[in-house]
Amino acid sequence: MRNSKFMRNFKLGLKDLLLHKGRSILTSLGVVFGVGSVIAMLSVGEGASEQAMDHIRRLGSNNILISSVRPSDDSKSGAEKNTRLNIYGLLYNDELRIKQSNIHVVQTAPAKIIKKLSRLGEKKLELRVVGTTPTWFEVVKRPFIVGRQIMQTDLDNHSAVCVLTEHGARKMLATENTIGQTITIGGDVFEVIGILSSDEAEGAMQTPDQRTDAYIPINVCRAVWGESVFQRSSGSFLLERVELHKIIVEVDDMDHVEETAESINAMLSRFHKKEDYHVNIPLTLLRQAEATKKTFNIVLGSIAGISLLVGGIGIMNIMLASVTERTREIGVRRAIGAKRSQIIMQFLVETVVLSGLGGIVGILVGISIPWAITKLTGMPTIVPMYSIVLSLGISMTIGIVFGIYPAMRAANLDPIEALRHE
Amino acid sequence: MPENNLIVLKNIHKTYQMGQEQVHALAGVSIKVPKGSFWAIMGASGSGKSTMMNLMGCLDRPTSGTYHLNNRDVSQLDDDELSDIRLQNIGFIFQSFNLIPQLTVLENIELPMFYQGHEPDKCSERAREMVELVGLTDRLKHRPTELSGGQQQRVAIARSLVNDPPLILADEPTGNLDTATGEQILDILIDLNKKGKTIIMITHEDDVAKHAPNRIHMIDGRIAEREVYIA
Repeated sequence: MRNSKFMRNFKLGLKDLLLHKGRSILTSLGVVFGVGSVIAMLSVGEGASEQAMDHIRRLGSNNILISSVRPSDDSKSGAEKNTRLNIYGLLYNDELRIKQSNIHVVQTAPAKIIKKLSRLGEKKLELRVVGTTPTWFEVVKRPFIVGRQIMQTDLDNHSAVCVLTEHGARKMLATENTIGQTITIGGDVFEVIGILSSDEAEGAMQTPDQRTDAYIPINVCRAVWGESVFQRSSGSFLLERVELHKIIVEVDDMDHVEETAESINAMLSRFHKKEDYHVNIPLTLLRQAEATKKTFNIVLGSIAGISLLVGGIGIMNIMLASVTERTREIGVRRAIGAKRSQIIMQFLVETVVLSGLGGIVGILVGISIPWAITKLTGMPTIVPMYSIVLSLGISMTIGIVFGIYPAMRAANLDPIEALRHE
Repeated sequence: MPENNLIVLKNIHKTYQMGQEQVHALAGVSIKVPKGSFWAIMGASGSGKSTMMNLMGCLDRPTSGTYHLNNRDVSQLDDDELSDIRLQNIGFIFQSFNLIPQLTVLENIELPMFYQGHEPDKCSERAREMVELVGLTDRLKHRPTELSGGQQQRVAIARSLVNDPPLILADEPTGNLDTATGEQILDILIDLNKKGKTIIMITHEDDVAKHAPNRIHMIDGRIAEREVYIA
């Protein structure tokens, strides 16, 4: 019975609104665009931040990333400035020190990185050769498409084996046999023992692995190419000597990541006179990204709040006009025996229906805008469930809040005066 | 107090404050209206007949004096209680019909039942009976604006009857109608009176008032003359 009464109220409200179709549509447009823009903006924001988060997460939130950095020229002493040999970066010993100095460190993975041209028959591709140890594959968790990772025995035996990444392997090997195939890297022959999957998109700057990586045992790398690399810079050749380009440190618990990174930084600074390394914490980046997202959402929320407020005021305006226009009708209803509360209910139902329908259309608009953006620009968007619930709730609330004043005005009309109204 | 009086007004005063001046719209009105009687209240504009109507219709409260409707003192009830009294006991018929334009004939007639909280099926069933009574069965789905004045007034009568109230208050029911149509409407009212409804009709036309067996003439907020028919 309650339900059917509500349905009748609803139908009557709808009927009154349908009687002024044009006006009702114009009135609810404010809510439509308000709700639509809330959802659209949140979806675009969510999509963008999810993408950023994904990149960061791939680094591993338990990991610390230490990279060698070529020191800036001013930090060099006068004598060094003229030397052709540039020695900097992380040392093999650094990895040992990190492993030994901190109880929270679970394992470390070193990386010695050299760019080398590789060949297979006629095919050529410049690979990023990463000399590393088996721990790399445990720290940078990438699934294998086929084959196996580098093992300790490969290091012990100085085996010339390599693990390719999907993208590089496609280019080099095409459809030919993969595992067991030999390729030459920088003039030396390596056997392909495994292929890692890779993303289609180029990884973010901080991602430790890339699409054209070839992983080989680190001792093989040292033995074949040594420690020094020729660098071509501004016309002249420069010899660079870098022992390790990266060390990835895995920490036992997320809560220990930051303090461990700090103590590693402090420890390393005692052994490095120059600032030739940089400690990166993906977790911090993740936190920063989350904080940015929060700020972003607050800003969006305020903008959306204002536009919804404007929509609500529009509804109130029209409802006040409607009350004036329908003064006589209100008088008749009161004379017949309608209570004040029933008059309030009648007008509230109208505003809530108005704002509710506006909200529903707004949701459709809000969902289709991000969809169109993704279709047209390829930018990822995610329509968060909470944005739909939120904006529908807000639009209904607006209907009630901005409907209550006109409804009270209607209900408080003196029935005698209202009946006399022309 | 005799049980057969539907309305008992005792020394009713109604005073309005208009700027500095006090206007005595009603200055001591007493009247007894037996159940099933038919009354006309007559008077020029400003004589207080509209105020009488509003008071008896429970749209307003007297400044002083008591009003018993159906043996209940309704002179100092609050707004919700008065609404309830109107809903249960009084059917209004207005000069300008006062139908709700966006509702159909049927929905207009159902409206008082809707406010009583009846089931939709029951409302529509009862409303159809009322429509039959006033002879507009073929106009159920029409809107008031599609009807003639006489038809609209008949819908209004049906609406006033739907909750089966003992009292029908008609405020110049024929004022907006031509003489012939007005006569038809009056015939319906006379017929209703015969079926037991108490009818109070406000008019300033003698021709209309003469249909009522009991007549009251009002001047300056007082009852100047009573013509009471004794059966």
